[in-house]
Amino acid sequence: MFLIHKASQFAMRCHFIAALILGYSTLGYAESSDLTITIDQGMASALPIAVVPFASVGGRGLPHDVSAIVRSNLARSGQFAPMPVADLPSRPQSFSAINFKDWRLTGMEYLLIGKIVPAAEGGYVVEFRLVDVFKSEQLVGYRIPTTLQNLRLTAHHISDLIYEALLNEKGAFSTRIAYVTVDRLGNGKKRYRLQVADADGYDPHTVRESSQPLLSPAWSPDGKKIAYVSFEDKNSAIFVQEIRTGKREKVVYGPGINSAPAFSPDGRRLALTASREGNPEIYLYSFATKNLSRLTNNDAIDTEAVWDPSGNAVIFTSDRGGGPQLYRQSLDGAPARRLTFNMGNYNARPRISPDGEKIALVNGGDSGYRIGVLHLTSGNFEILTSARLDESPSFAPNGSMIIYTSMGSQGTELAAVSTDGRLKQRLAVQNGEVREPAWGPFLN
Amino acid sequence: MNGIRARVSALIVLGLLMTLIAGCGSSGGSKSAPSPVVERGVGSAGSSEAESDGQSYGVDDEREVDVYSLDDPNSPLAVRVIYFDYDSSDIRADFSDTVAAHARYLEANPGLSVTLEGHADERGSREYNLALGERRALAVRKRLVLLGAAAGQIRTVSYGEERPVAEGHDDSSYGQNRRVELVY
Repeated sequence: MFLIHKASQFAMRCHFIAALILGYSTLGYAESSDLTITIDQGMASALPIAVVPFASVGGRGLPHDVSAIVRSNLARSGQFAPMPVADLPSRPQSFSAINFKDWRLTGMEYLLIGKIVPAAEGGYVVEFRLVDVFKSEQLVGYRIPTTLQNLRLTAHHISDLIYEALLNEKGAFSTRIAYVTVDRLGNGKKRYRLQVADADGYDPHTVRESSQPLLSPAWSPDGKKIAYVSFEDKNSAIFVQEIRTGKREKVVYGPGINSAPAFSPDGRRLALTASREGNPEIYLYSFATKNLSRLTNNDAIDTEAVWDPSGNAVIFTSDRGGGPQLYRQSLDGAPARRLTFNMGNYNARPRISPDGEKIALVNGGDSGYRIGVLHLTSGNFEILTSARLDESPSFAPNGSMIIYTSMGSQGTELAAVSTDGRLKQRLAVQNGEVREPAWGPFLN
Repeated sequence: MNGIRARVSALIVLGLLMTLIAGCGSSGGSKSAPSPVVERGVGSAGSSEAESDGQSYGVDDEREVDVYSLDDPNSPLAVRVIYFDYDSSDIRADFSDTVAAHARYLEANPGLSVTLEGHADERGSREYNLALGERRALAVRKRLVLLGAAAGQIRTVSYGEERPVAEGHDDSSYGQNRRVELVY
C-alpha cells in the first residue's frame, strides 16, 4: 500500500498537502513494500504540476503505476505541488489532445503526459512529454525503453529528467539509500540488517544480516561498495562489501575500536576511528597498501571523520575542548581547526554537502538532539528539525535533502528535511527500527 | 541464555579457585595477599582459616575484607557495573571503592583476567558514543592498573549505545546504560 497522509502538528502553509491527501488516497495500488510517507511540513513555493496518468497502450495491467511514482517523487522532493488526480480536468495522452485553455484555468504551470507501449522486441517503451501550460509548448520529451522489472527505475529516471528540466539541478530519485534495521526477536535477541533500497524506500535488499550490532554504513564514491562496522567478532571491525556480489573483506580490526569508516572522494582510502594505540584517533587506511596511518594525536576522543570533497582534509568530532565539537584537519599535518562555535555544548556526527559548503550535524542540548546545518562560508547555523532525538543526517547527492532518523514509537525511523528546512517528512520504510541512513551517490 | 549459564559456571569455577587459593594460604608479604580470606560463598571461613597456617589472632575488619569471593553477593566484587555521568568517563566517587576492590582482586589473582565492556546511552551520535564507551572502559582500566592490576589482565571493548540494559528513552534508562561492565 502506498499512503500519503498528513500530520497535523506542523500544518503551516500546507494548503496543497490537503489536496495531496485526496489525490493519493484514491490511488491505492498495490506495492511490494510497506512505505508510508508523512509530509509534516510542505513548501509554499512548490511548483504546481499536473501529472496525467500514463495510458497503458495494449490494455495490459502493469506491476507499477509509473505516473503515480513520478507524482509521488515530485511531491516528496518538496519542490513540486502535483495536482490531485481527481481534480484533473482531462487526461490527454498526446500533445495535440491538450486543451491549454482548460489547463490554464487550473493554475497548473506544468503538465506531464505519457504512455506506455509494448515494444516489438519484448519490453516496453515509456514515452512522456513535459509541457509548459502557459507557453503551450513542450519543454522535454523522451522515449525510454524499459522492462517490467525496471518500471520503477524508469519512473525514477523520468522524475530526475523533470526535476532537472524545471529546477536546473540534478534529481536524486534514481539513487539508493543504505540503512540498518533492527528487529527484536524476543528473548533479548536482536536481528540487525544492513539494507540497500531505492531512495524512496522501495525494493529493500539485505546486504548483511547479523545477530550482533551493525553500524555506520558508508558508500564508496562509485556506489558499488559499502563499508560498515560489525560486532560479529565480539569487537568492532570494519568491513567493505561489494553490493552486487556480496563479496566482503574485513579491512580494519584488532584491539580497541575499529569504526566510523568513510571512503575518500577517489575511493582509494578510508578515514576511520581506531583506538589500538590507546585512545580513539582518526586513521587513514589505504586499500592499495593495506597500510594504516594515524592522522590525529590527542588525548581526547577523535572520531566520525568525513572527507572534504577536495580529498585534502577531513572533518571530524572531537571532545578536545571539553564537549564534542567539529574540527577540520588537513592531511598535510597542519593543526586541526575548530569549526563549531557558539552552537551549544554538543555538535557531532558531521556530514558534508556535495558542494563542500555545508555541514549537517547533530546538535544536542537540554531540549534534545536536532539536525542542524552549518554554512561554512558565512558561519551561519540553522537547526532544521524539532523532535527530541534526531540523529544520523546524510545529504542527498544533489544536496537538496537531508535524510536522518527520528525517535518513533518502535525506535528510530527515517525522516527527511530539505536542506533549507522548509520541507519535513517521515518515511516509514517498514515495521521496526531503522538506523543510520546513508544516501548513496549518483550512479552515472 | 547460554551465555549467562556459561558465565555462572565460570563464576563457580572462580569460586572454587578462590577456595584453593585461600586453602594454600599465602606467605607473600603483599598488602593484598589473600590471607586471611573471608569466604562467605564457597567453603566456610572456618575451614579456610583452619587450612591456612593458623593466623587466627585478631585482624582488624578492613584487613579482613581485603579480598573477596567473586560470587559473594555481599562482597564489593559483586558490584560489576560502574555507572557514569552524561558525556563523562570520570569514575565517580561512589564507585572508587568498587574499582579498588577489583584492582586488589586482580592483583591477588594474576592468573585471572577481566573484560571491561564500555557502554553509552542512546543520545547523540552513535560513533561518538562508541568512542565514549571505549573511553569509559579505558578509564576503569587505568584505575585498575594504578591500583595494582596488571595491564595484561585487562581487555577492553566498547559497545557504545548498541547494548542498552534499559530500553526506555528517559533519564533513568540513560543512567543505567552509561556504564562499564566488568566481566570475569
